[in-house]
Amino acid sequence: MAYTFRGGIHPGTKDDPGFKSATNTKPIEVLKAPDQVILPVSMHIGAPAKVLVKKGDIVDLGQMIAEAGGFVSAPVHASVSGKVIDVAPRLHQNGSKVMSVVIENDHEDRLHESVKPKDFESMTNDERIQAIWDAGIVGHGGATFPTHVKIKSGIGKCDTILINGAECEPYITSDHRLLLERPEEIVEGVRYLVKIMGVKQAFICIELNKQDTFAKIEQLLAGDPIIKLAPLECRYPQGAEKQLINAVTGREVPSGKLPADAGCAVFNVDTAGAVYRCFAKGMPVIRRVVTVSGSAIAEPKNLEARVGTCVTELIDACGGFKKDPNKLLAGGPMMGNAQFTTDVPVLKGTNAFLAFAEDEDKRVKDPTCIRCGRCVGVCPMHLVPVYMNMFASRNNLEGCEEYDVLDCIECGSCAYVCPARIPLVQQFRVAKMRVQEKRRAEAAAAKK
Amino acid sequence: MYDFSKVVITSSPHIKSKEDTRSIMCDVLIALLPSLFVSTYVFGLRVILMTAVSVAACLVFETIYNKIVGKANTIGDLSAAVTGVLLAFVCPVTLPYWMLIVGAGVSIILAKSLFGGLGKNFINPALAGRAFLLASWPVAMTTWVTAGSRAGLLSNSQETLDAITAATPLAIIKGSAEGDLPSIASMLWGMCGGSMGEVSAIALLIGGAYLLFRKVISFHTPAAYIGTVAVLTLLFPAGGLGHVQSMLYGLFSGGLMLGAFFMATDYSTSPVSHKGQVVFGIGCGLLTVMIRYFGGYPEGVCYSILLMNTTVWLIDKYTRPTKFGAPAKQKKEG
Ligand code: SF4
Ligand code: SF4
Repeated sequence: MAYTFRGGIHPGTKDDPGFKSATNTKPIEVLKAPDQVILPVSMHIGAPAKVLVKKGDIVDLGQMIAEAGGFVSAPVHASVSGKVIDVAPRLHQNGSKVMSVVIENDHEDRLHESVKPKDFESMTNDERIQAIWDAGIVGHGGATFPTHVKIKSGIGKCDTILINGAECEPYITSDHRLLLERPEEIVEGVRYLVKIMGVKQAFICIELNKQDTFAKIEQLLAGDPIIKLAPLECRYPQGAEKQLINAVTGREVPSGKLPADAGCAVFNVDTAGAVYRCFAKGMPVIRRVVTVSGSAIAEPKNLEARVGTCVTELIDACGGFKKDPNKLLAGGPMMGNAQFTTDVPVLKGTNAFLAFAEDEDKRVKDPTCIRCGRCVGVCPMHLVPVYMNMFASRNNLEGCEEYDVLDCIECGSCAYVCPARIPLVQQFRVAKMRVQEKRRAEAAAAKK
Repeated sequence: MYDFSKVVITSSPHIKSKEDTRSIMCDVLIALLPSLFVSTYVFGLRVILMTAVSVAACLVFETIYNKIVGKANTIGDLSAAVTGVLLAFVCPVTLPYWMLIVGAGVSIILAKSLFGGLGKNFINPALAGRAFLLASWPVAMTTWVTAGSRAGLLSNSQETLDAITAATPLAIIKGSAEGDLPSIASMLWGMCGGSMGEVSAIALLIGGAYLLFRKVISFHTPAAYIGTVAVLTLLFPAGGLGHVQSMLYGLFSGGLMLGAFFMATDYSTSPVSHKGQVVFGIGCGLLTVMIRYFGGYPEGVCYSILLMNTTVWLIDKYTRPTKFGAPAKQKKEG
């Protein structure tokens, strides 16, 4: 029996469901460490990290070069050993310049003294959570929420851990390859997480298009009283936290609340892997597996790169572009961010970099809604995008609020199926911002 | 260095499904072909000419309207072509061409464009055109020829056809016309009197199946509509017929299949959620049987759908899905 949720879409074609065939059979290739890495202080949700080094410093592999800037923040570590050649704002995947530490690689990979295995069993729980924080672990599925915050705020509230291996975004196969090639790391990581959080059940949730990973994982889990494998039907956006929780446990995270309010903590498979590496090797987050794919890429691959590697080097490793790109994306095609250059660093949450040669976006001039209702059927939050759009385009913020625009998770399912090509998500993003502005203004007025 | 001069920046999602408005309308046109073939076989080549005239008139009216209000021409989305075919399909084959053109004008200009065009009109354009024609020229709109007779290809007047008029099965059941009821089988295949597109239930079912298969429509509206009519005509047989017989005549006559698969499923004029579509379908079914049994007309599909069209905004409001994670106490029964 495979679990799933109501709503959602199946991107892809019959021959290539999820557009994953270009890379799902390609083993992870380790990319040679680059001559230079650029490490922005913001690779996570929350306060930027505070830089600890200055130009000219010599740093070692795994050395903390920026410390957390608050509780909801994560430190940054040197992903190569070498010399700090600059501490300055550099182009980030978010399109703006972000304070970054630039390190020139001496290619010695000299380990920092702090990188040594930890004795998990003899540590107190607070020490363990501190270790995860110090390792700079964030949500590796792309959301990049600091993991220690999730753990700390979930202890006592959560009875279930879900390990998110849905990887429902089209094209991306990095988690698939990790589940296939390094399942031991992931399963061990889950065991650590289960102990830290004291939950009574944990599920490793994987969609059926990754069935080739099941046998090995089931073998590793054999006899485990807490951790189970949860097969999922293929359906986007199953990897969205609320949908995953609903699919596996049947629970609904209340509107406006967090997964912990439904008793669940969700971690990406590679986040579990990072937890393992943190305790077993003492290694902070310095690498990441990136799927490089799309119709403009000569030879799509799954590459393991040091965090901070320039994406251009990943493209080079894939034989460059076979056609001039029309669209560059950091992340998947449903929720990823468009880029105007490959001159941006790989971040902790970069699970994919895609390049399309054709216009896959298919925008039209003056789109008109034909009221086909497709958007209503696919919305995983069970909203009514057709009416939300009607209100948004008339600048009717009350209508948007009444039709729950704030519950929209911006998954893009509605815009994907819309035959009229209405830029629904774009509309909702603006509407959400304006509704929130309005609420803030009202709250401020109420205070006076 | 790579060339990024062609790179565009837009917000997510960055991929879209293949289906667009045009491909959907194209599928509807394909789904109407079986009926066109059967009707041509039954009534002759005039069917094709009538349909072509109707489609052409719809396209021309839409073009003219767009020109006048200074909008980009919208005939490329093919929705006007669909309206054209449907309008022809709900008229008798003997209708003079000029009346059909007037009907097309009402459909496109009054029922569709004046409300803002595709997606904003709230009554079904083809049915509005038919209702107008029926009110204006009731005789011409209810003059039916028997299957197999050939109306003159170019003839434009009623008189030449008088000799061969036939009654529709529903009119016979209602007692408002004389004649022998055709057998169920001949109604399935289309060998009976009626408007052009509604005579063959089988051809319409094939088209409906195609629409379902292509996911252009969902089963909710037609199933609720046809199911309601089936149950009612089975429980309350009409005009001295047996229960099952009454149901079969109720289902396979009077354009029910055409209405259920092609008219009640019209996107612009039907609810957006599946729950709403079920309510809408049941409403259409109830009204259809009530008009057939108690109304002034033997046939109820057209008016029942038009009536239900006006309630769509209400249905949409009260069948709005409960959002994910809504507080339990607010949760309505699904
Ligand atoms: S999918 Fe697009 S065209 Fe269809 S109802 Fe929704 S917004 Fe309108
Ligand atoms: S309305 Fe929001 S949550 Fe619903 S499908 Fe569209 S983007 Fe996803």
